[in-house]
Amino acid sequence: MADEKFKITIDGIPVEVAPGTTILNAARQIGGDIVPPAMCYYSTLEGSGGKCRTCLVKVSKGSEKDPRPMPKLVASCRTTVMDGMEVQNITSPDVLDARKGVVEMLLINHPLDCPVCDQAGECKLQDLSYEHGLAETRYAFKRRTFERIDIGDKIQLHMNRCILCYRCVFVADQLTEKREHGIIHRGDHAEISTFIENALDSDFIGNVIDVCPVGALTDKTFRFKSRVWFSKPVDAHRDCPTCSGKVTLWYKGEEVLRVTGRKDEYNEVKEFICDTCRFEKKKTADWVLEEPTPVSKQSVIDANHYGIFNPPPVIKENTRLQEANEEQLARTERLK
Amino acid sequence: MARKLLLAHIDVPGIHTFDVYRQKGGYRAVEKALKSMSPDDVVEEVKKSGLRGRGGAGFPTGMKWGFLAKPEGVPRYLVCNGDESEPGTFKDRFLMTYIPHLLIEGMIVSSYALGAHTSYIYIRGEMMPQIRIVEKAIAEAKAAGFLGKNILGTGYDLEIHVQPGGGAYICGEETALLESLEGERGNPRIKPPFPAVAGLYGCPTVVNNVESIAATVPIVNDGGEEYAKIGIERSTGTKLISAGGNLVRPGVYEIEMGLSMEEFIYSEEYCGGIANGRRLKAVVAGGSSVPILPTHLALKTAKGEPRLMTYESLADGGFVTGTAMGSGGFIAFDEDQCIVRNTLNFTRFYHHESCGQCSPCREGTGWMEKVLHKIEYGYGDMSDIDLLWDIQKNIDGNTICPLGDAAAWPVASAIRHFREEFEWHILQPEEAQTRNFGLVSEGVMNPE
Repeated sequence: MADEKFKITIDGIPVEVAPGTTILNAARQIGGDIVPPAMCYYSTLEGSGGKCRTCLVKVSKGSEKDPRPMPKLVASCRTTVMDGMEVQNITSPDVLDARKGVVEMLLINHPLDCPVCDQAGECKLQDLSYEHGLAETRYAFKRRTFERIDIGDKIQLHMNRCILCYRCVFVADQLTEKREHGIIHRGDHAEISTFIENALDSDFIGNVIDVCPVGALTDKTFRFKSRVWFSKPVDAHRDCPTCSGKVTLWYKGEEVLRVTGRKDEYNEVKEFICDTCRFEKKKTADWVLEEPTPVSKQSVIDANHYGIFNPPPVIKENTRLQEANEEQLARTERLK
Repeated sequence: MARKLLLAHIDVPGIHTFDVYRQKGGYRAVEKALKSMSPDDVVEEVKKSGLRGRGGAGFPTGMKWGFLAKPEGVPRYLVCNGDESEPGTFKDRFLMTYIPHLLIEGMIVSSYALGAHTSYIYIRGEMMPQIRIVEKAIAEAKAAGFLGKNILGTGYDLEIHVQPGGGAYICGEETALLESLEGERGNPRIKPPFPAVAGLYGCPTVVNNVESIAATVPIVNDGGEEYAKIGIERSTGTKLISAGGNLVRPGVYEIEMGLSMEEFIYSEEYCGGIANGRRLKAVVAGGSSVPILPTHLALKTAKGEPRLMTYESLADGGFVTGTAMGSGGFIAFDEDQCIVRNTLNFTRFYHHESCGQCSPCREGTGWMEKVLHKIEYGYGDMSDIDLLWDIQKNIDGNTICPLGDAAAWPVASAIRHFREEFEWHILQPEEAQTRNFGLVSEGVMNPE
């Protein structure tokens, strides 16, 4: 039956989904806080998911037919729902503990160089560690580092930041004509690399930047130009012969600093864009502007209000704080 | 004398050749199965035998065969897992070296039962001599008409291919093995779908351990019920145990399920006791990944009953006071051995062998190794023990494949049963460099 629906509950909230839906996608249908975080799953990339283990949930009731709970926590991105399934995410302390553990594991070898990372502000690992991480590290050893390799003049690979989600490998497999990079070695010395340091070069390879959840793959044309939260995203399109041409332009003042695909609320690009749009069309004249990209209230980009400083009352009363914030206050005056 | 089903003729000179093996009653099972039994009859006999997977997990082989999907027009595969890499386990290598035709015979019978016409034996890359031996055995069997087209005139076709692995422990995990066999990177797949539905090249596949496949030969010859008479409860038949460590006579032994651990270690028929007159300190009963047990828990369960070599008895008490049958890699430790050093050694292995897909295993195994290294070399801190406990807890159960669990269990059990020794290493670092802790005092336990 085509219109058959499975009834499941996630954290006690009922939802009806089509058979074959994963728990994660069912949770996304509900939305809100009960959606498990996903660092490696990417809905448009086939075969992705199951690796980062941040989306672990507890299945407290397997299905209507077989109500036994699942023995282990399961990766919600790769576990399909059964009729009558009951899932616990943020209502299960086990899940939150395990997630905390996973975040700790992801961070022990991460360089935490957010102050100089171009991804900072839109980094999922940053958000995840803010929400689930420990205040201090228990890792007392030297962090793992890799030899720096050059993978071309458009894409910057920063392997030390990589969490091995494999998304970029799937992009190359599924969007481009040939895959030139992949994972070499294994275990904690596994790394993304190209065969004898080839440059990545194909029409859609720039999408590895968009899918990367951390700052391991960043745009060289945007490198150190601006912090993400100082730029203003605007949706735009152009008549592109290769791709859909639907992009987000990131403005700072009048200047287009970078071009990315349009990301949804789960940071996923639904329509991938080509490298010409991404790297070469950096003038407003190249594009038909639509409207400012809706920005979630949680985003640091929103919190900055595009550069308008909204002084809390305490600053207005305290001359010492006014001095410290002189520049921002002056800018606010200018922008009024 | 205990009954021997697999290694009965192991001492016969030339048993590795087809002629001698055939003289000693070899390939009777093939004749019996192909000429007088239907494939379903063979599956039924294996179900009756109660044979459980000998690779480590102990899943009933007959049930696994029963799960195999049989869609029309799609080939089915049998893959033999000869990627034996668990530290402490060397039974499959022994079997393939000395009596390779038993494996080939088992492969033919099992492939017939499953309706497979192409079967693979995946052998760990380091075992080059065994790969040659098995290939030679296949050629001999083929020359004698037991492989190839129209076997024994019954109309059944079968080809067996040997595939050397790249020497990765992870490729002993069945789905990683399939990836490797397909020529991909040996990363475990996410289950479901299970290989019984979509395995090798997306077709229904059964992956069985070398010993499980060999065990189908006596099952077909004597009948499943006869096989099930050996052993206790749900642990039927015989099991190959590779005994290592400080024993008088280490080696591969075929035991009847239900033999007591004490008899296995101390009797003259088996290991003959601990070498050099030392006392037993600890036992790893089933390969490096199963929990290590101190002597008092290894010989007797927490309830005071004798510990038997069966799946159930070894697991008695869960992971708090019990262990697991695993792959039968039995390692004995005497009083002169250091548990911390041994745990470091095991953890270093898992760190090296982690495939790197799942974050907890990729990062956690390396972290545990570093912390253990610190403790072993006298730089430890008391909080490191709790840290180790936390790390293993965060790995256990949170990964795609069981390698994460396998890395976590030895650390957890070592801390649980030998915490005193860890503390001594930290509090007396200089002394710990010069001598070993010795025996653990009985009854000291730190559950959780």
